[in-house]
Amino acid sequence: MAAEEQGEKKRKISPTATAYLVLYNVVLCAGWTSIGIVMVKHYLETKTYHGMYEAFEMPLKVFQTAAVLEIVHAIIGIVPSSVVLTAFQVFSRVFLLWGIIYSVPEVQDNIGVTMSVAAWTPTEMIRYAFYTFGLMNRLPYLITWCRYTFFIVLYPLGVMGEMSTFYASLPYIKESDIYTITLPNDYNISFNYSYFVIFIMVMYIPVFPRLYSHMIRQRKKIIGGQVVSKRD
Amino acid sequence: MEVSVVHARSGKTLTTLSALSPSSTVADVKRIYHQRNAKYYPDRQSFRSEPKGRSLKDDATLQSLNIKNGDKLYFKDLGPQIGWKTVFLAEYAGPLFVYLLLYTRPACIYGAGAVDKPRQQVVYLAAACWSLHYMKRLLETQFVHRFSHGTMPIMNLFKNCSYYWGFAGFVAYYVNHPLYTSPAFGDIQVYAGLIGFLLNEYGNFSIHLTLRNLRPEGSKERKIPYPTGDPMTLMFNFVSCPNYTYEVGAWACFTLMTQCVPAALFTLAGFYQMAVWAKGKHRNYKREFSNYPRQRKCIIPFVL
Repeated sequence: MAAEEQGEKKRKISPTATAYLVLYNVVLCAGWTSIGIVMVKHYLETKTYHGMYEAFEMPLKVFQTAAVLEIVHAIIGIVPSSVVLTAFQVFSRVFLLWGIIYSVPEVQDNIGVTMSVAAWTPTEMIRYAFYTFGLMNRLPYLITWCRYTFFIVLYPLGVMGEMSTFYASLPYIKESDIYTITLPNDYNISFNYSYFVIFIMVMYIPVFPRLYSHMIRQRKKIIGGQVVSKRD
Repeated sequence: MEVSVVHARSGKTLTTLSALSPSSTVADVKRIYHQRNAKYYPDRQSFRSEPKGRSLKDDATLQSLNIKNGDKLYFKDLGPQIGWKTVFLAEYAGPLFVYLLLYTRPACIYGAGAVDKPRQQVVYLAAACWSLHYMKRLLETQFVHRFSHGTMPIMNLFKNCSYYWGFAGFVAYYVNHPLYTSPAFGDIQVYAGLIGFLLNEYGNFSIHLTLRNLRPEGSKERKIPYPTGDPMTLMFNFVSCPNYTYEVGAWACFTLMTQCVPAALFTLAGFYQMAVWAKGKHRNYKREFSNYPRQRKCIIPFVL
């Protein structure tokens, strides 16, 4: 269905917008590739995940934060994706990066961070390559196949990494009371950051299976070919 | 004449209705369909002339819809239904109950001894305003509103109740908290908020009364509402849905009075929802009446 919709909307955007999007996707693809290279290099040199975050900190901050532009792209309509869905996906990662990893330095060396970024990196390299080639109407089947196959492993790996990062951050958040507002104050509201993080973790439970099965269905439609889609 | 009933989503033919004539209405179709499928009582059914079209109105005849012998009608099951009035009563009784419960400062929420801590005057006033608002709504539902549409899907009961009950708990928790901080500008701010709240509540009531009197009981006739002798109804000169204008105004004043961010969030959420409804209603008015006053906006005079 989504593929059909995309086909229908096969968008009439201006050449400038197309050029901009190609540029954006090429830069992001290159950016994530550089993160991948840094990770591999670090592992080959040290044979451990420790110190990994320091190695890719800068490019990760830049290229993950740049994904916020994707929400803008959806809002101004130069890409056909849903604004809500895009915002949701981008914010969950940006939140983990800035709200947890950056704000709670104690978790930076946790294996969850390496797991998350190890899952995000190939996902993003392929996704941005997919968009780039798609915009140029030269989409090799291999890239489509990778995009709709790798997630089977990478998506659960990423969720595991993200969950363990959240979990590892909780004791430090409780201890430091960061981003926590207590009563009494003039605004008559309170905010408990560790409850908020727990809430986010709980939200993964209904969201993950839905997104995963959505991706599986997409895979059947796009790679499984017409065999499945026209059952009756 | 014969009309086949096709399931709107799957495209499967469900049945063929034969006891129809060009003068049969959509309501007749629903009644006949209900006789065949006891599960689908008329309120639960929706018929369209296109699979993804709008629901056809009950009083439309087949002839007026240009449906001829052998044509199709598309059926959609709206799911189990519940009366509007029931939903309204449930969604308004909840906030009253939840707010007043928290007003007593139960020990399980605020800790032992919270009940004995002194309350500022604004806390009493806020509880009075909150109760007044929801009592008014309950009474209006019972005695003032006329519901043009009988039912809504049962899921709405849960959706609406969680919205109203949840926000009631959120606002009440902070306003009644033993550590509540009273407004920065003291009594002036409290009384300005209080007076504004009461005026807006009165305005909202005036509009509800005007809308009721606009439509005689039992009729489905629709008219353009105009200001009456009541000065609050002058707002009809500026917006299509002054009842929402006053409602948002009342909550903005409640927020001013209590100086409480959760109340502000409740106001914003309500404003968003009411703006969506007001836009829809405004559009319907304009579509229905060619002489609809042009200067009217939807919900905020001169702006939106």
